[in-house]
Amino acid sequence: MLVVFAIAIQVNLILTLVGMSYGMLNDFQRRSRGVGADIIVRAPGSSVLSMSAPSLKEGMVGFFLQQPHVVDAMGVTVHNMEGFLNSVTGIDLTKFEDFSGGFRYLEGGPWKGKQEILVDDFYAEQRKLKAGSTIKLMNQEWKLAGIVESGKMSRLFMPIDRLQDLISNTGKFSAIYLKLDNPANTDKVVQELKQQEFLKDYPIYSMREFTSLISVENAPGLKPFLNVIVGLAVVVGFLVVFLSMYTAVLERTREIGILKSLGATPMYIVHLLVRETLALSLAGSVLGIGLSYVSQWLIRTLVPASLQMQIVHEWWPTATLIAIGASMIGAVYPGFKAAKQDAIEALAYE
Amino acid sequence: MSKPLIEIQDLKKTYRVGEVNVDALRGVNLDVAEGEFLAIVGHSGSGKSTLFNILGGLTPATSGKIRIGEQNLLGLSDLELTKLRRGTVGFVFQKYNLLPTLNARDNIALSASLSGQDNFQKEWFQRILRELNIEKRLEHKPRAMSGGEQQRVAIARALVSHPKILLADEPTGNLDTENSEAVLDILRRLNKTYGQTILMITHNPEAADFADRKVRMRDGRIVEN
Repeated sequence: MLVVFAIAIQVNLILTLVGMSYGMLNDFQRRSRGVGADIIVRAPGSSVLSMSAPSLKEGMVGFFLQQPHVVDAMGVTVHNMEGFLNSVTGIDLTKFEDFSGGFRYLEGGPWKGKQEILVDDFYAEQRKLKAGSTIKLMNQEWKLAGIVESGKMSRLFMPIDRLQDLISNTGKFSAIYLKLDNPANTDKVVQELKQQEFLKDYPIYSMREFTSLISVENAPGLKPFLNVIVGLAVVVGFLVVFLSMYTAVLERTREIGILKSLGATPMYIVHLLVRETLALSLAGSVLGIGLSYVSQWLIRTLVPASLQMQIVHEWWPTATLIAIGASMIGAVYPGFKAAKQDAIEALAYE
Repeated sequence: MSKPLIEIQDLKKTYRVGEVNVDALRGVNLDVAEGEFLAIVGHSGSGKSTLFNILGGLTPATSGKIRIGEQNLLGLSDLELTKLRRGTVGFVFQKYNLLPTLNARDNIALSASLSGQDNFQKEWFQRILRELNIEKRLEHKPRAMSGGEQQRVAIARALVSHPKILLADEPTGNLDTENSEAVLDILRRLNKTYGQTILMITHNPEAADFADRKVRMRDGRIVEN
C-alpha cells in the first residue's frame, strides 16, 4: 500500500506541475479571446506573455481608426503585479463595454470614482472580497466597486488614467485592440499594418495568431522550467519508489527463500516481482491520476486567481511510464539480489 | 539387498565464518532405504541441519559422496539443484514457512505448479487433503490457522509433487503435545500407507520414537546408527 501511495505521489507531482503550466497559459488565452478584438498591437520589445512598459501613444488609436476595415480601437494599459501572469489592467470602462460587450457583474457594479476597481470572481474568491471591500494595491487603498465574471482580459481592472498616473505613463498604452468590420479581413489588415514603416517594430498579431502563440513552447523559460521540474519529480519519485520497493523486497526475503526451497529459479522470482511491480505501478498511476483531480480542486479552491491547473490527459501515459520505469529499476535490482541470495540465509531472515 | 535410495559416504562440509573454517560435517556415512522413516537426532551444532540442507540441495557439500536415486548431488549446478528441490525432495520446516499472502490451497498449488504437476486437484491431491484433514481449511490464509493446521498444509505442500524423499526439520518444534502427536501420526501413516521415504530431524526423543530407525549425530559425525 505504501508503495502504491509513493508511486501515486510521483505521478501526481508530475501531472500537477504540467497541469499548472498548461492551465495558466490556457486561462491567459481564454481571457485574451474574451476581449472580442480581431487584432492586437503591442509595444515594441514586448513578448507574447509579458507586457513591456506602456509606450503606445494615445494618438495611435486615431491612426488605427482611419485604417480600412477597422471599426473600433481600444487602448489598455497593463501593469504587472505579483505572481506569474497576474496584472492590473487600466481601461476606459465605457469604451471597454462598447468594445467587448461589457462585463457581467456578479456583485456590485461599475466604478464611479477614480479610486475604485473591479476584480473578477476568481480574484475575489481567493482574496475573500465582497463588493464594497477596501483593498490595498500599489500602496493605495481602493474600493472594490464590483465583481465581474472572469474571462475578459484580466483579473483586476482600474480606471486607465488613474493607472497611467500611478505608473507615470500618462497617455500611454501597453496594447491597442482593433475590431474589424469583418473578421475575414483580419490577415489582410495585419499585413497592411505591418507594411507601415513606423509600425515595423511593433508586434501586430491577429487574435487567432496571438492566442496560438501562448503555449508552453513560447512562454519564455517555461519549457526548460517544466523540464527541470518534471526531472526533479522523476528523480524524487524514483528515489521514493526505489526505496519503497527495495524495502518491500527486503521484507520478503523469507518468502523468496520459501520459493527457492520449493524449486523456484531466480528468473521465476524476478519475473514474479516484475509482474507484481507492474501491477503496483499501474495501481499507483491510477491513484496518482485521481489525486491530480484533488490537486486541481485544491488549487481552484485555495488560489483560483494565482494558479490554474488543467488536467492534461496527454501526460497520463508519460507519467505512468515514468512511474513504471522507476518502480522496475527499484524492484528488479533488489529482486535479483534476493533471488541470488543463499536459500538458507533467506529462510532464516526474520 | 536392494540399492539404498540415499547413499552418503564420507560427506564433509566446511563453512567459512569470518576468517575461521567451521567443520559442520566431518565424514558422514549413511544409507537410507526407499520407504524408510528415519529420524536423525542430535543436539544443536551436531550437524543434522547441515545434512538436511545438503540432502535438500539448499547448500552444496565440500567433499564426499551423496546420491539420491541415480543422481549424485556433488557437482550439481544451481539449476540442477533447483530441479532436485522441485521433484525429488519435499520440505517440511519447523516454522511451517507457508507464504502468508496465499491461502492454503494456493500454497499447495504453487508447489504443484513449480514441479509441473498441473493435475494437483485430482485424486492424489484429494487423498492428501483427506489424510491431513485440511479439506475445510483450504480457503484460509496461514494467519487464520493454528500451528498444527499450518504444519499439515506444509506437509500437503511438500507431498503434492510426489517427492521421493520428505525432509522434515523439527516438524513438531513449534507445536504443543497434542498437535505434535497428530503431525507425527500423519508422517508415520504416510510412510506406512504410501511408502513415503521420510527423513526427520529432531532433538526430541519422543518424536524420534515414531520413526523406524534412529541415527544420532554429534560433532558432525553419526555416532549411533
